[in-house]
Amino acid sequence: MSGAAQDAASRRRRAQSQPLDGGRFLLVLGLVLLAMALLAGRVVYLQVIDRHFLQNQGDARTLRVEPIPAHRGMITDRHGEPLAISTPVVSLWANPQELPEDPIQRLGLARALGWEPDALDERLERYASREFMYLRRQVTPAEAQRILDLEVPGVYGRDEYKRYYPAGEVAAQLVGVTDVDDQGQEGVELAFNGYLTGTPGQRRVLKDRRGRLVRDLALLREQRPGGTLALSIDQRLQYMAYRELKAAVTEHEAQGGVLVMLDARTGEVLAMANQPSYNPNNRAGLDPRGLRNQAIVDVFEPGSVMKPLAMAAILSSGEVTRDTVVDTSPGWMRIDRFTIRDIRNYGELDLSGILEKSSNIGMSRLALELEPDAIADQYRRLGLGQSPETGFPGEATGRLPAPVRWSRSERAALAYGYGLSTSALQLASAYTAIANDGVRLPPSLLRLDEPPVGEPAIDPEVADTLLELLESSVGAYSGGRRAQVEGYRVGGKTGTVRKTGADGYRENAYRSVFAGVAPISDPRIVTVVMIDQPSAGDFYGGAVAAPVFSRVTGNALRLLDVPPDAEP
Amino acid sequence: MTRLEQLAPWRTRPVRPPESGISRRRSLWSRLHLDPWLLALLLILMGGGLLVLYSASGQRLPVVQAQATRFAVALAVMVMLARLSPATLMRWSPLAYGGGLAMLVAVEIMGDVGMGAQRWLVIPGVMRFQPSEMMKLAMPMMIAAYLCRRPLPPSWRDLLICGLLLGLPVLLIARQPDLGTSLLVACAGLFVVLLAGLSWRFILAMGALAAAALPLLWMNMHNYQRQRVLTFLNPESDPLGSGWNIIQSTTAIGSGGLTGKGWLEGTQSQLEFLPERHTDFIVAVLGEEFGLVGMVTILLLYLLIIGRGLWLANTAQDSFGRLLAGSIILTFFIYLFVNVGMVSGILPVVGVPLPLVSYGGTSSVTLMAGFGILMAIQAHRRLLPR
Repeated sequence: MSGAAQDAASRRRRAQSQPLDGGRFLLVLGLVLLAMALLAGRVVYLQVIDRHFLQNQGDARTLRVEPIPAHRGMITDRHGEPLAISTPVVSLWANPQELPEDPIQRLGLARALGWEPDALDERLERYASREFMYLRRQVTPAEAQRILDLEVPGVYGRDEYKRYYPAGEVAAQLVGVTDVDDQGQEGVELAFNGYLTGTPGQRRVLKDRRGRLVRDLALLREQRPGGTLALSIDQRLQYMAYRELKAAVTEHEAQGGVLVMLDARTGEVLAMANQPSYNPNNRAGLDPRGLRNQAIVDVFEPGSVMKPLAMAAILSSGEVTRDTVVDTSPGWMRIDRFTIRDIRNYGELDLSGILEKSSNIGMSRLALELEPDAIADQYRRLGLGQSPETGFPGEATGRLPAPVRWSRSERAALAYGYGLSTSALQLASAYTAIANDGVRLPPSLLRLDEPPVGEPAIDPEVADTLLELLESSVGAYSGGRRAQVEGYRVGGKTGTVRKTGADGYRENAYRSVFAGVAPISDPRIVTVVMIDQPSAGDFYGGAVAAPVFSRVTGNALRLLDVPPDAEP
Repeated sequence: MTRLEQLAPWRTRPVRPPESGISRRRSLWSRLHLDPWLLALLLILMGGGLLVLYSASGQRLPVVQAQATRFAVALAVMVMLARLSPATLMRWSPLAYGGGLAMLVAVEIMGDVGMGAQRWLVIPGVMRFQPSEMMKLAMPMMIAAYLCRRPLPPSWRDLLICGLLLGLPVLLIARQPDLGTSLLVACAGLFVVLLAGLSWRFILAMGALAAAALPLLWMNMHNYQRQRVLTFLNPESDPLGSGWNIIQSTTAIGSGGLTGKGWLEGTQSQLEFLPERHTDFIVAVLGEEFGLVGMVTILLLYLLIIGRGLWLANTAQDSFGRLLAGSIILTFFIYLFVNVGMVSGILPVVGVPLPLVSYGGTSSVTLMAGFGILMAIQAHRRLLPR
């Protein structure tokens, strides 16, 4: 550019208005201020006018109310020994949307979980559209930590409690089980679920976008652990009873068995064993029959063990004493269209003879002398045919017939224990009337602080007589002699009942039953043993159930520190 | 006048007028060619920005250190540029513009793809470079250098030439695609033209034309860009997808209330609900943690910087200086307006950082280089009264 042109341009420039001079400068400044005011206005709108809404929105993103799991109450025996306890565990879960695609991380996760890599992929495929899937439930906190330490995105742990049953199969049916969500499913766990379940607490927490807990803000409600439930059973007796029952069932190749032991003074259940059983701590492949608490939920035809109870009605009539003699010849009799038999012709028998020999004819003759419904009424007073009201889920009521017109055969059958059904627990409860001066005690599964009010069911003097009769029925020459216990006076009655099938009574299928009281001088326990369908060797109650009674009662009396009352 | 004076009149040292002793004394600042007021305001802004960045980065000190290092580089660039005389800048303008344009073409042909866009030019083993950043300064320099030699207000022919100078790089940048930067480059050039003196009728006519061209623009937009506009109009239409950013950022700002939740205490930002929290959306962190007080403070700070910059531009004594200085400071303002407007939900989402606060190196260096030029124009004023 030449100097002259430069000069001209320079002059021209000077002559013109400068850019960004007064007016335009003010205009630009004004526009800038206007724009800034617009921004400021928007900010004021957001932070002042819309503040509450947006603060709520912000809180809605970050504030969460989290439950605090509450400890489920413990179940103990009467002395506080644990039967069911909750231990802290961790359930691992994943959000499939957040899990990494990276195959190496996935492989590491699968390996830590102890899965095949394919298994994880398959599972992920199934849950591809979900945001929650369990990886493993209820692992120990240490193991969970090991997996969480891999820090695979989208893998989380949730604190839970898992139930553990120290007594295992020994008290499985009574204590019952909880499901994986810590809710009672069976037994006492179900019956008293409301009491055992705690109230979960609540806390307010701060969570980040990925749902990770950042900070605890406030405890909204403290969690309240469930109550501790003390059962009436004595773990020592329970273990012992279970062991003896299991041994007998095994020895006789029986289908199953039940043992119930009640405190003769309070009606508390001291032991309640069932066969078959299962391990509540590992329920893989369990036999569903093992879940049944047969002692409470299953009924059977009791047979001869009812004879002492029928005698309560007979003796109460006042017409009969224990020395009354009944002629049972010729060993059979016809009532209506049925023939009743004894094992053989016993001839003349007094009441203790009838019990010793378990004479059906003797019982029938005596019963037919009574009012038609006298025996049924007696049974009813003893709690048969009525709910035992223990609260146990599915407890059986049993069946006690109450026809408008009693047939003679029905009246006779009732006297020797047929034509009705009862659970082992009901039977044991009925026997407490004999042991407890005629007052029947309602059974209790929970430890009682004071003895319950019983129902007077038998005249006290009659009850005394029955006790003596029970003792004599396990005498040296009786069918129940194998129930005897060294050092103690015991009493009881055997029973051998034909099982019923679809077509009436079955051949060669029996229940061996024994119901007894000990010690006679001051009864402390009532025990009922039922062995279901023994198939090896003898099947008579005196041969199968009575020895179990003998061992269990002897051990129990010694464990309970009951002084021996037998003459040496 | 000597020849030197004709070429660069400001190089001559006038005799100091005795009556204005204090104001005309060459202070340390003028020897450094720096404007102390502007520098102080910028340092306050950068310092406060680092504080917010520490919170917004999730309390990661390395991020803050990296940003501080960039600030140091940016300040050095500013000091160096402030030493250049406007004449030098003017002389270099065509070179800078031509070089920038050549590099943009190179990016178009062989640029490196990052974040889904082709923006980077890589000199292997040496550096990655974003030519579009350089264009932010080269563009106003070129147009100012062109227009200041022409009679003002510019003629139609000049305007057409300016339009070409402006349009080519802007289109190239928009194609990368980088809407934010192309917008800023276009603004930088347009401001020069506007300041050079356009008649009101022309401005209005162009506005009408732009409005008419909107559908055309719409048709040429990428899908994600269209989505942004739709989302801006109604964020709740896709709250978990494209609406997420804007909903989260308005929530963060609003939940700060009057006084904020306190430094490092913002739940939306600290808990990762706020996206891009240490880059484009950093002002939402500030709004949440310092509330209205913090927002007004930072807006005031920006207003002071812009005011000072405008005053410096207004006191520049030749057309080139005035046009360039005015454009630089107004572009700075556009940065602020677009960013805060986007984060607070009154503008669609455009990738423009909050100047000197958002994490990111290139833009801080460019911005500070701009301020260096601004100070150079101021420091090399002729000291004669107009």
